[in-house]
Amino acid sequence: MAVSSETLETVRSVTGGEYKYGFVTDIESDFAPRGLNEDIVRFISAKKEEPDWLLQWRLKAYRFWTGLEHEEPKWSKVQHPPIDFQDAYYYAAPKEAKDGPKSLDEVDPELLRTYEKLGIPLREQEVLAGVAVDAVFDSISVATTYKEKLAELGIVFCPFSEAVKEHPDLVQKYLGSVVPYSDNFYATLNSAVFSDGSFVYIPPGVRCPMELSTYFRINAANTGQFERTLIIADRDSYVSYLEGCTAPMRDENQLHAAVVELVTHDNAEIKYATIQNWYPGDKDGKGGIYNFVTKRGACRGRNSKISWTQVETGSAITWKYPSVILQGDNSIGEFYSVAVTNNYQQADTGTKMIHIGKNTRSTIISKGISAGHGQNTYRGLVRVMPKAKGARNYTQCDSLLIGDSCGGHTVPYIEVRNPTARVEHEASASKISDDQLFYCRQRGLDLEDAVSVIVNGFCKEVFQKLPMEFAVEAQKLLDVSLEGSVG
Amino acid sequence: MTVPAHRDASGVHEATCKAYLDRFAAKRAELPGAGLPWLDAWRERAIERFAEHGFPSPRLEEWKFTNLSKLAETVFEPIPSAANGISREDLGGYRLEGASDHLLVFVNGRLRPDLSDTGAPGEGVTVTGLSRALEDDAEAVEESLIGAGDPSAGERASALGQLNAAFMGDGAVIRVAANAQPERPVHLLFLAHADKEPAGMHPRNLIHAGEGAKLTVIESYVGLSDGPYWTNAVTHVTAEKGAAIQHFKFQAEGAGAFHIAATDVDLHENAAYTSFVMSLGGILARNEIRARYNGEGVHCALKGVSLARGRQHLDTTTRVDHLMPSGVTDETYKGIVDDRARSVFRGKIRVAPGAQKTNAYQLNQNLLLSDRAQADSKPELEIFADDVKCGHGSTVGDIDAEALFYLRARGLEEREARTLLIEAFLGQLIDDIEIGPVRAMAREAFTGWLAGLDG
Amino acid sequence: MGQLLEIKNLHARVEGKAILDGIELTIDAGEVHAVMGPNGSGKSTLAYVLSGREGYEVTEGEVIFEGKDLLAMAPEERARAGIFLAFQYPIEIPGVSTSVFLKSAVNILRRERGESELDAMDFLKRAKEKLAALRMDQKFLSRPVNVGFSGGEKKRSEIFQMAMLEPKLAILDETDSGLDIDALKIVAEGINALRSPEKATLMITHYQRLLDYVVPDKVHVLAHGRIVKTGGKELALELEEKGYAAFDAASKDAA
Repeated sequence: MAVSSETLETVRSVTGGEYKYGFVTDIESDFAPRGLNEDIVRFISAKKEEPDWLLQWRLKAYRFWTGLEHEEPKWSKVQHPPIDFQDAYYYAAPKEAKDGPKSLDEVDPELLRTYEKLGIPLREQEVLAGVAVDAVFDSISVATTYKEKLAELGIVFCPFSEAVKEHPDLVQKYLGSVVPYSDNFYATLNSAVFSDGSFVYIPPGVRCPMELSTYFRINAANTGQFERTLIIADRDSYVSYLEGCTAPMRDENQLHAAVVELVTHDNAEIKYATIQNWYPGDKDGKGGIYNFVTKRGACRGRNSKISWTQVETGSAITWKYPSVILQGDNSIGEFYSVAVTNNYQQADTGTKMIHIGKNTRSTIISKGISAGHGQNTYRGLVRVMPKAKGARNYTQCDSLLIGDSCGGHTVPYIEVRNPTARVEHEASASKISDDQLFYCRQRGLDLEDAVSVIVNGFCKEVFQKLPMEFAVEAQKLLDVSLEGSVG
Repeated sequence: MTVPAHRDASGVHEATCKAYLDRFAAKRAELPGAGLPWLDAWRERAIERFAEHGFPSPRLEEWKFTNLSKLAETVFEPIPSAANGISREDLGGYRLEGASDHLLVFVNGRLRPDLSDTGAPGEGVTVTGLSRALEDDAEAVEESLIGAGDPSAGERASALGQLNAAFMGDGAVIRVAANAQPERPVHLLFLAHADKEPAGMHPRNLIHAGEGAKLTVIESYVGLSDGPYWTNAVTHVTAEKGAAIQHFKFQAEGAGAFHIAATDVDLHENAAYTSFVMSLGGILARNEIRARYNGEGVHCALKGVSLARGRQHLDTTTRVDHLMPSGVTDETYKGIVDDRARSVFRGKIRVAPGAQKTNAYQLNQNLLLSDRAQADSKPELEIFADDVKCGHGSTVGDIDAEALFYLRARGLEEREARTLLIEAFLGQLIDDIEIGPVRAMAREAFTGWLAGLDG
Repeated sequence: MGQLLEIKNLHARVEGKAILDGIELTIDAGEVHAVMGPNGSGKSTLAYVLSGREGYEVTEGEVIFEGKDLLAMAPEERARAGIFLAFQYPIEIPGVSTSVFLKSAVNILRRERGESELDAMDFLKRAKEKLAALRMDQKFLSRPVNVGFSGGEKKRSEIFQMAMLEPKLAILDETDSGLDIDALKIVAEGINALRSPEKATLMITHYQRLLDYVVPDKVHVLAHGRIVKTGGKELALELEEKGYAAFDAASKDAA
């Protein structure tokens, strides 16, 4: 059955239009057969014309994964029916001319229209915004802009599959070095079947002159998306990376199990920002993305820095803990997060800061907003190892509760093995104060605007970590996500 | 969601578990209240559950930071022999001289009426030993035990609580009649003198304050020997409507002792409960308090200090369930950790759906004094209502170098300055104890501990 | 000038307790009224009832504002109709800059009045003028609403907001409390600058000292939820001299 008609049918059956990005692109896709076994892993690897070492790595992961059956993480607060991993497609790619697009002109115009609807007109961005976009559509990267300009600086910014061909040494050196294939159930699954993603390498001494950006989108029905991103900032380099996610509306749940690995060497810095707006399901909790993601960075070098910023408004379930391993002396890890759950959304998200090197510092600012029947959990670990002399952590977790049927939870783990460390953790949970609402309304704002103003103020510390245009988008998303939650 | 219990697969634990099952089979007829059908069945069910779960493993979230494998290596004789040599003179400073009318002294888990003072009647307070109560008024005990919830079922149980239920020896039964407000505290003194064998004590205390009643109770656990023994205590506290209970506990077990204590607290409408735990004894100790707010307007203050040195492992675990609106929780636990010791805090506050107007705060602070000292802290909030004010704070650090310098610049010697700052870290918590003799006892213990610092 | 506000036999309760016990008060456009009274007389309750705060239950009476039933309106509708309350204890809103907050409020009110919205430049220009008049620093605009403000800054911020929002009826709830004499004069200038034939001000205060600088047309004495005496500005001086006790007794007799 051609996917185009199947997907269109799905979409026709969905009523309502609250989710702005809930359209499906009508193009033919190339599928691997449904289900998962070694042949599928081989199929994916062959499709991508991968070298043998990568196939072997995938197979190792797959075999490990089969040994993990029924070992899906159960410790988080999220609840969902069991996932049938055999009832999904593990590879889907738009069908196109065999060699893929050489330039934007060769990209399927239907795809480009998709991006326009998403608000990322590639051409315009190329010209106006100075944002280089690597767009991942279902499983393969379809267009990369700005590549040439970056190439002049020696920066590699390309689809993961291309990096495997063009920069196999770098990929082989770093792939799995931060998140090993055996890390956890979903990361292991990803290692076996990952489809595509972004690869970034910033050479020594180079400051990437523009924001690098990727938009992920799950389009075809019944496909899991398993992208894999690897960013390496060599010594004395800097890069800021932005990731946005949307997916069409569907009744069934879809799995998204990505892995992101970051590595910084001496004096290097990576800023990684995510705006996650996958389809959250409808008002009754039907459908939506299961967003089970492993993101981790390693500050390998001295004075290096990794900063995660995330705005999580989408997905039926979010399960992710962007973490930093602070190995290099004086290295810095940051985590700034806004997570919103409305209707029946669930989020269990937070971070791990592992202090290994001397004088390592970390900051965690987490803002959780729960409305409707949403459940929002901050779960975080701050671990100071015996050698991490002078380590510092500051953590602040605030929960805002809107309505009496939601939940906001805080689960911090603090483990200190060095007496010179200083770790401070604070958390609060409350509803929006009636006094604040009244004050705003006395100045003429209606209830919804008043809530919006106060909630945005609540998230300010996180939003100000985003580049301006993304901060504006994040604010809008927040308003949309909370629509109808007050009144 | 709770993680399913994993049975520890190690052969040592299996053998220990089996030894306890065998002891139970052999000695059940000698246990207090043997022959009471409900109690026999209750103990039976408990030992079965213990057999099913075994010793909790660190893979269980509840025991993540506290590893019991050392405890599980030894079989602690669950019906220990009495140490008859102890006389009134030996009680010495452990008594609260002049402060309490009611003193129950337990030696190796058994009530010693010859060392105890049951106090003047007529204040609306009755204080008896559990073993005695099972003889005199088994029905009332049954009601208290069953009323406090089946200890061998549900979330409040742990495998060790089940072992206590199976071997429950003696303990205190304290009842305060409605509106009775005895002036002086009831003091429970648990002495351990285990020089012959590793003794396992499983005391169980039942404390009940009727409507509008007031009670102050002090539990002391004191080791008279340094050899290994195990206190596995369970205490049930019930405060009826408008009742107020102050509960102090001193844990000063012997150097080789294991101390595991669970206190279940049921609080009804407008009840007030204040707890202060001072923990400085034992090689491994865990004080667990589980409080449930069954009525509106409950006030609960949970405070405590842990003073750990050597290779001590001191664990404070609290769980507070706001089941009804307008409850107030104020928690502060502080730990000072020296040498290779470790302090653990796990505190969970849960606000149930509908428990609006809850106001809850928990604070955990740890001061690390040596390179190999460790602290773990896990304050946790689980909130299912919106009109609440909840929060927590947790800090870990060493002595503030600037403050130390400041004091030395004012002429203090480093050792003095350090002691002063350590004292300042938790002195206030002790000063806030309302009952004079208790405050004095805590102060003395703290001063004694400070004197033992290496400097 | 026409009648702006008319309060008729207003009774109100807070948490089941009767606080206002039949207030009668009429304010014409162009007037400045002062309501004075001891603590607990119901002054702040009156301010909150007029601005529509939740938890203040009107049990009897009516309030007509420009011919409309004020009590039927939501707080924001009252604000849009031109009622401004300078809070006795201004509320902090973390993370929301004063300029962003105030710009949305100003433009909501301008839309309501059929005026064009101010763009960022116009807003800033106007805000700077008003700030200068109140001798306030421009940095103030980028600070979050009332967060970290001293007591005096909060009061001035309220007057600044009032100046920007240009209300028809400004209700000042103990705006003078906590101000030193210099700040009081500045705030008074701000209030006087807003006096116009179309607008009116209702000052609620415990002390008469603000009235030295903002001279009222009428002074009302509030005791036990009622206005027990109304007079000219000289009444304030009389109060200052004799204290509230005399009026207190009078009201008790009346009750």
